Amino acid sequence: MKELKGRIISKGIVEGEAIISKSPVSFLGGINEEGIVTDKENELFGKSIVGKIFVFPTGKGSTVGSYVIYALSKQGILKGMINSESEPIVATGAILGKIPLVDKVNIDEIKDGDIVVVDGNTGTVKIKQSN
Amino acid sequence: MHLTREEEKIYNGEFGESLETCMNLLVSLGDIYGAEKLVDIYSAQVSGVSYKTIGEKGLEFLKDLADNNIKISVPTTLNPAGMDLNRYKELNFPKDFAKKQIEIIDCFKKMEIEISCTCTPYLTGNVPIFGSHVAWAESSAVSYVNSVIGARTNREGGPSALAAAIIGKTPCYGYHLTENRVPTHIFEVDIELEDSISFYGILGRITGKIVKNKIPYFKFKNCDSIKTDYLKALGAALAASGGVALYHVENITPEAKLGILIEDVEKITIEKKDFEKEYDYFKTSEKPDLVCIGCPHCSLDEIKEVSEFIKKENKKFKIDVWVCTSIHMKAISDRMGYTKIIEDAGGKLVIDTCMVVAPIEDMGYKNVATNSGKAATYLPGFCNSNVIYGTTYEILKKATE
Repeated sequence: MKELKGRIISKGIVEGEAIISKSPVSFLGGINEEGIVTDKENELFGKSIVGKIFVFPTGKGSTVGSYVIYALSKQGILKGMINSESEPIVATGAILGKIPLVDKVNIDEIKDGDIVVVDGNTGTVKIKQSN
Repeated sequence: MHLTREEEKIYNGEFGESLETCMNLLVSLGDIYGAEKLVDIYSAQVSGVSYKTIGEKGLEFLKDLADNNIKISVPTTLNPAGMDLNRYKELNFPKDFAKKQIEIIDCFKKMEIEISCTCTPYLTGNVPIFGSHVAWAESSAVSYVNSVIGARTNREGGPSALAAAIIGKTPCYGYHLTENRVPTHIFEVDIELEDSISFYGILGRITGKIVKNKIPYFKFKNCDSIKTDYLKALGAALAASGGVALYHVENITPEAKLGILIEDVEKITIEKKDFEKEYDYFKTSEKPDLVCIGCPHCSLDEIKEVSEFIKKENKKFKIDVWVCTSIHMKAISDRMGYTKIIEDAGGKLVIDTCMVVAPIEDMGYKNVATNSGKAATYLPGFCNSNVIYGTTYEILKKATE
């Protein structure tokens, strides 16, 4: 089992399947209420992030994105996130929604479908089962 | 980041989940930006009020907070809403929108935030002391409080300003630190200053695009005609076209007056042709269907200017004219008789909102005339409007033709 050391952004521990976007994510207009990626320029376009650990380099776009993350978390759609570098919009959304978030992790080490544990209390990511 | 024992307790949830969330947010933002500690704040200005901007998801968040009986701990004022909270029916705001907007306002009221609904809190009593720390959202107010008052704030977002208002502290990084308040660009403005809001809006647009989110230092040939209304217009346009949180004006703004370290700074001259080019951008043959004044919200002086225009021209407005201001300014305007003059001529003194955050595209307005560099920047993208730009006199004149 591989362990990646990162930084605590939002507390809590969660385990789940990783889904990876290599490009930055805008939550406002980029992901709909059902957790489907609606940003046509994103390689995950049309895919669902429901129940998964969402891995992406960083956020972009409107500050209202924080509230979108909050709502996705409240509906149980978004379980956890891993970033290369969290910017304030995503960090704010994760904290408001109480979703574990760790950043400063080399996300290239994680593959689509890996089972990962995001530990927001210690700032680490464990890759339990490599796909 | 270093936390005091008291702060640590809040962070660990000993005072409940909502305060833990707020503290968690401030600490994480502090960590991201390299803050060493939290500092006490003098006041807060909270944004994210219009239903048009925060939507159902924002409303849900505010409801959760308000239902948990969370209250603010420092004087806190509120940004404009999406409608005039007193006269939304008469002004034809959509019914569903109004219902949601009132729900949002009720949440803030429960938290004991002053329902000021203005982007100019510095004109209505939220006036921090020079050098004090504050947590303000609303880009034009951030620019004003940093630059003209000399208090210290970063460009907060809605949730972080709200968390700071509740905890009474903000992470100490960025513009809170003296070393981050020095100019990065010097602008020599080589043109006679015009006695108009729109002139400063254009200057803000030209220079904001150059400095982006850095710190401009302005040198004017003659500062005699400068008033706070002009600095308000300049800062608002700088924040909208760039991401300027702080600017200095030689011999005018407090930190420039005290003497500020300027070294290795890029010098740029702004000439007449730069202004001409920027004005060209707004050349249009369209006729306005709405004239909007008050972005940022009008001071009493600006309201008076509209009333003087009507008295002088002795004409009625043929299209809708909105003069946007705070409920505070309107109260004085009512007493001075300006409101009556403006409304008798067919204009409306609109409070609590403005043309950018109100759903004007749903109200049928397409061509909007404004004297504001900030509004001119946001209207096309945010409200799908064509912009007609001019001085207060020019755009009011268009409304009478």
